[in-house]
Amino acid sequence: MPKVYTSFSGTDDYIASEDLQNSVNIAVALGRPLLIKGEPGTGKTMLARSIAKGLNKKILIWNIKSTTKAKDGLYIYDTVQRLYDSQFGDHDVSDIRHYIKLGKLGEAFASTEQVVLLIDEIDKADIEFPNDLLWELDIMSFDIPETGETITAKHRPIVVITSNAEKELPDAFLRRCIFHYIEFPDEKMMSAIVNVHYPDLEKQLLNEALKAFYWVRSISGLQKKPSTSELLDWVQALTVGGISPNKISKELPFLGVLLKKDRDFNAVLQRLHSQGAQKKTPAPGFLRNW
Amino acid sequence: MFINFFYLLRNYGVPVSINEWMTLTEALCRGLAFSSLYGFYTLARSVLVKSETHFDRYDLAFQHYFYGIETPQELTERVMKWLEHALPPLRISPEERKQFQEWDLDELRRQLEERLKEQKGEHHGGGNWIGTGGTSRFGHSGYNPAGVRIGGESVNKSAVKVAAERKYRGFRADETIGIRQFEVALRKLRQLSSKEEGPKEELDLDETIRETGDKGGLLHLVWSRGRKNTVKVLLIMDSGGSMTPYMRICSQLFTAMNRASHFKDLRFFYFHNCIYDNIYLDPTCRLSNSIKTKSFLQLFDPEYKVIFVGDASMAPSEMLMVNGAIDWDVMNEEPGIIWMQRLAEHFDHSIWLNPIPAYYWDRTIGYYTIAMMRKIFPMYELTLEGLEQGIKKLKVNK
Repeated sequence: MPKVYTSFSGTDDYIASEDLQNSVNIAVALGRPLLIKGEPGTGKTMLARSIAKGLNKKILIWNIKSTTKAKDGLYIYDTVQRLYDSQFGDHDVSDIRHYIKLGKLGEAFASTEQVVLLIDEIDKADIEFPNDLLWELDIMSFDIPETGETITAKHRPIVVITSNAEKELPDAFLRRCIFHYIEFPDEKMMSAIVNVHYPDLEKQLLNEALKAFYWVRSISGLQKKPSTSELLDWVQALTVGGISPNKISKELPFLGVLLKKDRDFNAVLQRLHSQGAQKKTPAPGFLRNW
Repeated sequence: MFINFFYLLRNYGVPVSINEWMTLTEALCRGLAFSSLYGFYTLARSVLVKSETHFDRYDLAFQHYFYGIETPQELTERVMKWLEHALPPLRISPEERKQFQEWDLDELRRQLEERLKEQKGEHHGGGNWIGTGGTSRFGHSGYNPAGVRIGGESVNKSAVKVAAERKYRGFRADETIGIRQFEVALRKLRQLSSKEEGPKEELDLDETIRETGDKGGLLHLVWSRGRKNTVKVLLIMDSGGSMTPYMRICSQLFTAMNRASHFKDLRFFYFHNCIYDNIYLDPTCRLSNSIKTKSFLQLFDPEYKVIFVGDASMAPSEMLMVNGAIDWDVMNEEPGIIWMQRLAEHFDHSIWLNPIPAYYWDRTIGYYTIAMMRKIFPMYELTLEGLEQGIKKLKVNK
């Protein structure tokens, strides 16, 4: 029997490429976690919010830190609170259940409706972290030994996992995921993205800004290439500063918004000036310097 | 179905497992490929390939397997190569435009096929052959209103064409790469001290609470041993003249090692082609700034993990003869190979990273000494992939 899938096609504030839409829909249909990688600033985290919005589901976000343990996502047994309570005797400490708090993954399992669970920046945690989650993500259930309870997912949550490739993820974990690498958007896509955020933007300003932006990105040897989020900030800075569009490529105003490293900053300015100089007078003997 | 594609992917070096293949089959049964080859391309990629570093291989395998299914006029890599060295775009006046005649697609295809058969190499700026900046009907950046552009955007998304674009070439792990990626790889080189060794100096909060709870609130502190990385590393680099072409990649590795703060101890040493009685403390390799290799061996216990970096390319005599050292002022009573073997025996874990791609190891000038060195040390390419393999080797016991 053919099943009708709810399908994700981006939202009005998030533009997803066709490939990305496919990957999301495949992951949802197969009930597998979707692993998202990509350059910083390509909207990995935003994707989960957009999926939640697009499919009209609640979103739970589990932010991973270097100290996060897999168990934290399932439940936390608040022993300290229980200890305190036991000394004053005004609570019923015999019932451990009062001191068990579900983590984000536990919440997602226990929820009465299907939710989107974002496990953000999974590679921040210890190398073994993803392996510790394998079983729970696979069978969508876990035990709480303290109470003897078993929490089983009522509805398989849509799990989105983002990674910045800071640590390699274990193979066993990868085998269970659907993988998508968000590519850096091309100019056409990028102008659509900027439009979503600043719908009233003057067309000429946008074109000039994009031209300059991709020129900066094309300079080789930058330590940190500017990304979408930096472009958005820059466009806003240009608008607020009232910069006229034809000055953008020539002067690169507010360059500090795009580039965060001193070295990159200088490299770009150097390129910009040498480019201007070359147009006027080609330096004699230029080739001999090689 | 497609089972050969599975093996082809593995042959191309994409680590696909049976698990993933079954997932793909399941997805296909549910119609998730949306009945198109492009749908299949993205579906199979997101299910089977788990790292952007493998995308390029996947593209190659896909191209290989599905070549000819959609568009019989697929372009060979050869043609793309001809087009890489492009002339600037050609500007043409409206009058000139009239010269170009009417055209029809079938005719054009026939011509392209013919020309593909006849043309032997690159060509730019003419009016007939496939090339750039000319008025031929085939190529790019030129002008012919009745032409076929080769390379550039694909209007109809053809899967084989997308695969042929090989957009992900830059992500290949076996290409040489930047400092950050080396750092990431180096982080894997760690070995935590066990809970059985060392002093108990960390307060175990959970146990303390549990014990105190058990004792009815009477404070009871529990101490445990912390886990620390115990890996100690020696990086020994060849700084001879033949290494100059690889200076950039070596300095990247050097920087990455230097930044890696998680080693218990990390020391750098240098040599010129081969190690003899002395081992140098700086890359200029002067005897005045060196220590005796014998005392070097006493100084560093076998627990140190040793990474040699060098092209291992030299005259065989430099390894095999007494006084064979390349430097004029170096006299060695024992041939270099003895010293290298001594080093390999002393340390429990050692690897050799060679900046020369593995493909050339048996056909470059230094093939003879590379082969000898490989018998002594496990040798890997100095690429991200090689480093990762090497690190795996460093972690296991001999």
